[in-house]
Formats: sequence, C-alpha cells, structure tokens
Amino acid sequence: MPEPSPEPRLISEDYDCGGNTVEKKLALQMRGITKRFGSVLANDHVDLEVYQGEILAILGENGCGKTTLMNMIAGIYFPDEGQILIDGKEVVIRSPKDAFDHKIGMVHQHFKLVDLFTAAENVVLGTKSDGKYNLRAVNAEVNQIADRYGFRLDPAKKIYDMSVSEKQTVEIIKVLYRGADILILDEPTAVLTPQEITRLFDVLRRMRTDGKSIIIITHKLNEVMEVSDRVAILRRGQHIATVKTAETNESDLTTMMVGRRIDLNIHRSKPVNAVPRLIVEKLNLYNEEGIHVLKDITFTANGGEILGIAGIAGSGQRELLESISGLQPVASGKITFNNPKKDRPVSFFHKSMKQVRALADQGAFHDRNMNDVNFRGMRSKAVRKMVKDGDVLFREDEVMNLRDKDPLEIRRLGIHLSFVPEDRLGMGLVGSMNITDNMMLRSYRKGPAGFLNRKKPKAQAEQIIRELEIVTPGVGTPVRRLSGGNVQKVLVGREIAYMPKVLMAAYPVRGLDIGSSYTIYNLLNRQKENGVAVIYVGEDLDVLLELCDRIMVMNGGAVTGIVDARTTTKEEIGLLMVKTDERKEAGDA
Amino acid sequence: MSKANENGVREPLIHLSKRDSIHPGKAWAIRLIAVALGLVVCGLVAFLLIERLQQKPERIGDFYYAFIKGAFGTSRKFWKFLKNVSILLCISLALTPAFRMRFWNIGGEGQTLIGVLACIGVDFYWGDKLPEPLLLVLMFLAALTAGALWGTIPAICKAKWGTNETLFTLMMNYVATFLVSFFLMIWVTSGSGVLPQMKTGKLPTLGGNNYLLIILIVLALTIAMYVYLKYSKHGYEISVVGESVRTAQYVGINEKKVIIRTMILSGALCGLAGYLIGAGLDLSVSADSVGGQGFTAIMVSWLGKFNPLAMILTSGLIQVLNQGAAQISQDFDVPGALPNVIVGIILFFIIGSEFFINYQVHFRKAKETVK
Amino acid sequence: MNMWLNFLIDALAFGATFIYGSTGEILTEKAGHLNLGIPGIMCMGGAGGCLVLNAIGKSGLPPFLIVILGILGALVFSMLCGLIYSFLTVSLRANQNVTGLALTTFGVGLMKVLMIKLDATIYLVGPKQMYRWPFAGRQDSLQALGVLFFMAVLIALAAGWVLTRTRIGLNLRAVGENPATADAVGINVTRYKYAATCIGSGIAGLGGFYYIIDYMASQEAYLSVEALGWLSIALVIFALWRPPLTIIGSTLFGLLFSCASFITNIPGITVTMAMKPLLQMLPYVVTIIVLVISSIRNKRENQPPASLGLSYFREER
Repeated sequence: MPEPSPEPRLISEDYDCGGNTVEKKLALQMRGITKRFGSVLANDHVDLEVYQGEILAILGENGCGKTTLMNMIAGIYFPDEGQILIDGKEVVIRSPKDAFDHKIGMVHQHFKLVDLFTAAENVVLGTKSDGKYNLRAVNAEVNQIADRYGFRLDPAKKIYDMSVSEKQTVEIIKVLYRGADILILDEPTAVLTPQEITRLFDVLRRMRTDGKSIIIITHKLNEVMEVSDRVAILRRGQHIATVKTAETNESDLTTMMVGRRIDLNIHRSKPVNAVPRLIVEKLNLYNEEGIHVLKDITFTANGGEILGIAGIAGSGQRELLESISGLQPVASGKITFNNPKKDRPVSFFHKSMKQVRALADQGAFHDRNMNDVNFRGMRSKAVRKMVKDGDVLFREDEVMNLRDKDPLEIRRLGIHLSFVPEDRLGMGLVGSMNITDNMMLRSYRKGPAGFLNRKKPKAQAEQIIRELEIVTPGVGTPVRRLSGGNVQKVLVGREIAYMPKVLMAAYPVRGLDIGSSYTIYNLLNRQKENGVAVIYVGEDLDVLLELCDRIMVMNGGAVTGIVDARTTTKEEIGLLMVKTDERKEAGDA
Repeated sequence: MSKANENGVREPLIHLSKRDSIHPGKAWAIRLIAVALGLVVCGLVAFLLIERLQQKPERIGDFYYAFIKGAFGTSRKFWKFLKNVSILLCISLALTPAFRMRFWNIGGEGQTLIGVLACIGVDFYWGDKLPEPLLLVLMFLAALTAGALWGTIPAICKAKWGTNETLFTLMMNYVATFLVSFFLMIWVTSGSGVLPQMKTGKLPTLGGNNYLLIILIVLALTIAMYVYLKYSKHGYEISVVGESVRTAQYVGINEKKVIIRTMILSGALCGLAGYLIGAGLDLSVSADSVGGQGFTAIMVSWLGKFNPLAMILTSGLIQVLNQGAAQISQDFDVPGALPNVIVGIILFFIIGSEFFINYQVHFRKAKETVK
Repeated sequence: MNMWLNFLIDALAFGATFIYGSTGEILTEKAGHLNLGIPGIMCMGGAGGCLVLNAIGKSGLPPFLIVILGILGALVFSMLCGLIYSFLTVSLRANQNVTGLALTTFGVGLMKVLMIKLDATIYLVGPKQMYRWPFAGRQDSLQALGVLFFMAVLIALAAGWVLTRTRIGLNLRAVGENPATADAVGINVTRYKYAATCIGSGIAGLGGFYYIIDYMASQEAYLSVEALGWLSIALVIFALWRPPLTIIGSTLFGLLFSCASFITNIPGITVTMAMKPLLQMLPYVVTIIVLVISSIRNKRENQPPASLGLSYFREER
C-alpha cells in the first residue's frame, strides 16, 4: 500500500559505508509530479528526494513510469503538474539544456550518440563555446575524466566502430564532461557483461565518493541490493515508498513493486516423448560488417521441451534465431528439421500433389502392408483417395534441410516454424495495421486469386482477443495503439495460431508486466505439452531456470554449455555466460 | 507570487502532443478552414500584385467568383476541367503505390513525359504504315514500356544498393526532358523545335466528346487502384514493405521484388498518363507536354492521404484553383504565372493544417505554486 | 590555347550559380531538411534583387551601395521563402518533399509575375557593370568574373570551414544526423534547423540573382533559373555534402552545360544541333552515376545526413 511520503527535509540522517551517521544534503526534490500521455497516466503525483553522495535506485516493473519520471528531470518531457526543486529552489526544466544548467545529466537506455562522430566529438557536442573549438584539448580532457574514474576509451574512435559498453562509457563521460552532479542512468546494466557491470558499479561508487548523486533505474533486484543506498519503488505511475537498502530485502521489494505477494513459481511439466526436432550443426555466420557472430553452433531442440537460451544481450541469440528462420545467410553448417513421420500417413495438409509424387518416386512411402507405394501411371484422383484414406505411410522420419532457405521456402516445405522476434513492432508486426491485417501476415498468400480474404484472419483475431484477453477497442484497432503487453499477445497469439512444430521466442516478456509475462509463460508451456519444440531466449535467469527443461548458454557467438535446467544453478549459468574458449579466441585472432 | 516566477522562470507557453486519432469530420473541417484562410491570403496577395484590383477594390467579389467561373462557368470549361482533373489524377494514381511503399518517386514528370515521347515516336515512324487500331495499341504499349523503364531503373538501384530514390527519380525527369529535346531536333527538320500535330494515332472520341473516353479510363483506373491497394495481395505487400522492410523479410516477402514490381506498375501508369496526353489530347510532344503535373501529382497524392478516392477531391481542388487563377489572369489582365502563386499559397495552408490534424496544441495557463 | 581558357572561365562563371544553390542546399540538408524548394527560392532571390535594383538602378546612388542593396534584396526575399519552408517543416512538421515542391511552384510563379513588371533598362543595364567589379570593362573573358563570383567561392569555402572546424558546424551536423541526440545534449534543434534553412535559402537566392543580373545579364534569364535550381540540388550529391567540393562540381557542370555551345568552336569537331540536348543532359547523367556509385561504395561519411527528410518531435513515443 502506498505510504504517505515523508516531509521534505533539507538534511537527512544517513549511514555511510562504515555505519556511521552522517548528514547528507538534499540535491533534488520532486513534488507531486504528474504526467499523462493521452489517456494514460504515466506518473501520478510522485514525490521523490535525492541526496548528495548517494546512489538511489528507482525500482519498478516495466511500464511503471520510471523512465518517464526521470525524463522529466532530464528535460525530455515536461510535467503536467508538480514541482522540481534543486538545492531547495524551484526550477523549471524545459529542455535538456536546462537540465545541464542545473548539473543534471542522463544516460538513456537507448544511447543518444551520433554514430558518425568520434567519441570526443560526441562528448563536446552541444557544450558552451567559450574559447576555441579545439578537438585536441577535448581529447585530453576526455582522457583525464576517463583516468579519474577508471574508464578505458579512445577519444578518436568513431561510435559506429564501438561496442555497446564503449558507447555507454562515452555517454557517461559526456555527462561528466558537462560537470553533472546528478547522474541518471536508465537500465545501464541491461547490455553489459557481468565483468562490465562490476566495473561500472566501481565507477559509480567512485562518483558517489566524489559527492555526486546517482540515480539508477532498474528492475533487477540483485543490482539494487548490490549498489544502491536507498530504493524508491514505483508502481503503475505511483510512488509506493522509498526505503534504505540496508533495511530491506528482495522479497519485500518485490511485494512493493508488484503490489501483492506473488507466486513466482511456473508450472513445469516433465517433457513427454521428447524427440529431436531441430538439429543445428557447426553453424557459422558473419554479419554485414564481416564480424564472426555465430561460431560453430551445435545443438538439438526436442519436441515437447523448452530449450532456454541464456547469455548477455548481443551474444548471438538474435542472429541464431534469424539464421534458423531463414533471415540470415549462413556461412557454413547445417540446419535440419526432423519430421518424425516414420510409419505415419502422409497428408495433403503439408504436401502438394507434386511433392507427394516426387517422394513416392524416391521410395519414401509404404502402404499398410509395408509394401512400396508407387503412383506411376495413376491418376491424381486415385492418388488423392489413397492418401486421404491413410494408405500411404512414410518409411522413415523426414529430414529436411532448412539452410539457405528463406522464410517462404521453409513454409512451402510444409514446415511450421514460428518466430516471435525481439523487435515486435519493427519486425513481428506492422504497427499501423489493425489486428486482422496483422493476423494475415503469415497467411495472406492463401487462396487462389490475387485478392485477400479477410474473413478467416478476422475470426482468428477475434478468437485470440478472446482467449488471450487482449485489451483493445476491436479487431480494427492499429496494433501500435495497444499497450506493450497486448501487442506481444497479438504477436505470440498469431505465431501459435500457426500451429508450429518449432516455436522460437526472443525475449517474449521484455517490457511486460508480471501478469502478462505469466500469460506468455503459460502459452509456451502449453505449446511444449502439445509436442512443440520451444526455444526461449530470455534475460532473467530465474525465469529460465524455472521455465525451461534445458538451457543453452551463449557467449560471444559461441555455445559455452548446455545444462539441465532442473539441476543447474544460477552461478553455473553465470560462469558459462562469461566463459570464453581461449583456444578458439586465439584461433580467431 | 511564487518564487519561481520572481526569478523570471517561466514554463513553456505552448505544449504539443501527438493525437491518437481524430474524427474524420473534424479533420476535414480543419482542412476546409485552411483552404478558406488560404483564399483570404490569396485575396491579399492579389491586391499587391494586380493593378486592376488596386484601382477597383470592389471587384474583389469578381476575383473570388473567378474560381467558380474558371472551372464551371461554361460547359466547355467544365469538360476541360474534368479532363485536367483526369490527367492529374491519372499521374497521382500512378505515384500512389510507390508512395504507400515509402518509395518517394518524384519522377512522375519524367515517367509521364517519356511515355508521351514513346507513343508519339511510334506514331511518327509508323503512323502512315499501320492501320489505326494496331497503331494505337503499339503506341499504348510503347508508352507503358517507356514509363515502366523510367520508373524501374531507380527501383533496381534502390533494391540492390539502397540508392536514394528521391534524388534519382528527380534526375531522371531532366534526362527525359533533354531526350525529348533531342528527338525534336531530329524529327523537326525546320529547327523550330515544334512538332506539328500528328494526323494519325488519335484516340477515338466517345459520343462526340473529345474528353469523355479519357475521363472514363481514369475513373475506372481510380476504382481499380483503390481495390488493388486495399484488397489485393500485392497491395498488402506494398503496405508491409512500406511500414517495415524487416517485417516483410520476416514473413518471407521479397522486398526487392516488391519494390521493383511496384515501380514497374507506377512507371507504367505514368506511361499511361503519357499515352492519354499524347494520343488523346496533344498528338505531339514537347519538353513541356506534362507541364509540371508530375510534381503537382505528388501533392495531390499526399493531400489525399494516398487514398485513390480522396485523390479525386484533391486533384479537383488543385484544378479548380488552376483554372480559376487562369480566369483571373484573363479577367484582370495579369500575366500567366498567377495560377502557380495561388496554388502555392493554398498548398501552404493545407500542408500547414495537417499539423493541427496530427498534433494537439495545449496552451499552458499560469499555475498556482506552493509557497 | 586562349579558347580553352575562355571556356574554363565561362564555366567558372556559370558554375557560381550552382555554387550558391548547392551550398545553400547543403546547409539545409545538414540540418536534416531536403529542401526541394530551392529552385523556387533561387527564383525569388533573383526577383527580390531585381526588384530593389529596379527601384534604385538609376537613382545615382554610389555603385557599391547599389551592389549591396541588390544583394540585400535577394537575401531578404529568399530568406523569407526559407522562413516559410522552415515554419512548415520544422514548426508544423510538414512533409518536406511536398512543402518544397509547393514552395517551388509558388516561388517560380511569383517571380514570373514580378519580373514581367520590371524594366530591364533600369535593373539590368547599369547595375550589370557594377556587379562585374573589379574586372568590369575589360575586353577579355576575365570580365565575366565579378564580385558575386568571388563571393560564391568564399561562401562555399567558409561554409565548409564552419561545418567541419567549428562547434556550430558540429552541432549542425549532429542535428541532421540524429536530432534526438542533439536535443538531449542541449542543442536547440529548432533554432539550428531554422537558422540553417534560412541562411541556406539566402545563399541559394543569391545564386538566382547572380545568374540573372551578372552571368546571363539578359531580360529572359529569369526563365531558366528554375532548371538551374534542380541542378543545384543534384550537385549536392555530386559534392558529397561538402561545400568546397561544390566549386569543383559547379565548374564541371558549367563545362558540361556550356560545352554544347563551345564545342562548335573547336576546329575539326562538327556538332549537329541534335547533339546539344544530349550534352546538356550530361550533368544529370553524371549525377545519377555519382549517386549510384556512392550508394554502392556505401562509405558512411559520403551518405546523406541520416535524418534527412524526417521531422523531429521530441515527445515521440
């Protein structure tokens, strides 16, 4: 339940690292901040205080208004109501420039850097032009800041040549160069390796010692516990409470964040009849820049099982799923789909008459008496009848090559491969189209004429809306107007309606609230129970451990291990996430 | 007063937000107001430019009446208006599939002109050798092929290397213009640069009316294009590619194929417009055969929100303004370029009005602050 | 030998029109705005300058004052057009292509209406010689290079210097590449867009003025300004968005454009009249080739500004 916010004070009693009481000065204060986007209330009368020399964590679920709140301090948005006070004085922050003038700097989750510029050019960008514009002096200054807080950076390197962690370093230095005393970091660890996170936290602590106020937005409890002094919890746009980290624990924080005690257990059934479905062998992929992004990937995904893929973001997960679904041209290796058809009847559901005849010529079929089936000289009508009667059975499991096939060719092979991509509105769905038209994306080619048939997709859309409890004014609403969770339900719903044999999902719960997340987990579980081979790429290790049957860990484009999710530990996976194969690294260099 | 205000700190006065949706009636009301305001400004500009009006300000009524008179004054003017609308609409329809694909084809001018050139070329060389129906078919095919070719070259480069299509198609306009000059030099031995009207290759008249066939063809094309974009699989693919190339790839749409296919269609329909101009109206070609309608069509299509049915209205509006302004030029004795000025002013207002349809403007009131 | 030199000088003089046009367009494009109104703006610049000269051409004012007032007239008219364009595309976030085309329609039309009323014996005959300073009255081809020519070269060099060597240039490039980033570091995106568009328009307007009053110096010159405007936009691609390169590009375009008339003077080469349009087509074909080649090579530094053609709204969600 929301607690009344404490009376604003200029001085707070606090504890330093050694447990001594110290007095800290108030750096920034927000009073009654409210922000609406259309009909959505993003922040509802939020009160917040930040002191000098502290690390404040802002904790909350996705969509609770953390980033919106911080954007108002950083001058990106302007509050509809409320006041912001700095050093006790009310200020108006209309633009990022105003924020800088008040010594506030923000490192956004999506980096705001000019790709074409060097690090130094990005750092100096927009600063006051007293004195001459001298890049050499800027380079020196950048190096000096980097040294002081323990960063490593080449000021003359172009951003487009940089890794994610380097870009983040540029962002932080950019803020420090402007003399910020209040630093806001939006989900800074999401893209970093554990070592990089440790290094970042060291830097943040050094800044705290320097007297700076640091606000870190996150939804990861362990990080809150590790680095912060106090935690402010937001839920559905409201400020729930601010507590001292030392006086709380993860369980209490979760309760405050979600608003109720929740059972974090996911029902996981034992895999039944797990048969190999998707077999990937020694897969290698180079991206457009010629970088080796997938290195000798080998694994098997079984039907009736959820295979989790863990790893730091950008370890090749996206590229792997895109290669399998035919969106990336691989350099070498095999991708095969195993259709367990031995002694099962063939049907025209997946095969055309031409394909059936060709297979029969290869001797792929037998009849109920185990005799070879031969259609030579038979009329199509007779063949059709034989197939319909179930008299034509496969001799062996069907093995189909998926490599070098585009999504359409894979479809035409009759393989139902579903893929829930990470980028929902940029890849999985068309934002400006309504739900019906989005349902058609995979099936619009059906039907003989050149015209669309919207009847079936519409019925399908209505069914998905009903079954997945999608909140929408109707099937005619453009999906862009739906909330993140509902968008994801439309996407996952469509991919499942396709009745897949393999279902791949990349970060399907990213940005979703807990309720929607659990809907998705249940959907995946149900698919698994139906015998689908599910591949789940996730970032939350706890969820991976509870949801999956096996977990494959990737690092730097290579598989570093495949473990049994029931027996492994978070620590083991964490180690695999950073493990590098020295021999291979040396070979690559 | 609050401390903040004493310090001279003020909140931003105007605050913008994007609208989720707007009632279509309200949107059209905003556009109508914009046109009305534009007409008022046109009146003011007219006072500055037209001496006759300065001498007799009471003739301002005639000024506005001329817009109606110009397009609807006589039945001859009305038919001419319908013909002008048809040609402009035809080019706009041709450009629309490309625009819906976010392929900024601003080469409608050149694609149409090359269509005129090709069909007149066929007429020039084979006009006296072939029977009329066969000649008309050949001219038709030549115009469509030439237009398609002109549209496809930039499309192939866009699909293959991502070449900027806006600039490419713009350049192609000029290549077409100079090609026309080149052929005129060859065809017109007198060196006058003016090709006399052909005796052959004229589209048949319908019911004794020179324009009726053209009007009907374009009307049919409008409906066909509406259906194509809304109900065909191709139209659906165009929308997907336009919205997100990655989504298209994800569902197995070959976006390169769609880009090229759509631009073949777009160019060919521009070629059709060229055929209507060449075989239906001018029976000749000059660098000015299309007369900038290829550019105007871009605005028609955009103002009509890439909806073929709405584009009937927007092309109608542009032609009312054009013919009205021509009427004004005549009535008030002003040299010929006045229509451009008037169309330009009205367009500024309509373009500007889109802002008020897409965005909501909030004016902030002074607010009480806690002492 | 002298003939070749004349040819080059004429190309240089002609090219100055493009230097103005494309340097102006580059500034606008660097702010992320593809201004297809440049042809109209160049026309309006020409009209504005001539309008002023028509009023003061025979007033007996000192020549340098007439020269400056003429330039100011061109600047005011073209910058007003730039202001219309930036108000619509920056403040009202209108579609840039459509706005630009409307502006060209408007500008070309208005210029034609205005120019017809002017008296060439006043705005052209006298002032023409004043603008040809310092070589006015010379008998050789150097007399074609006047104040406005040298100004064009200086402006192109200065614009190049500002873009690459100053903070303002850095900020402007950031606005065109990634306005959200520029905004986040406190650059006033709106102000930069307005300033770049208006200054760019002013520079482009001088091009139209120069062509009418100086290079062609004829009563009908204004009728061909629009075509030169489109060529200036093409030249931006050719110059890879670098103002100093427009000097080379303009000269080349000038050579191609005027070789049609010069080539007939070369002994041993006979050109039919029909060749002329093909030669005039060359600048456009060359531009297409450059455009295609630079897209194939795909060097990041030679691409159009990343946010070209997109409007920026801070609270986009």
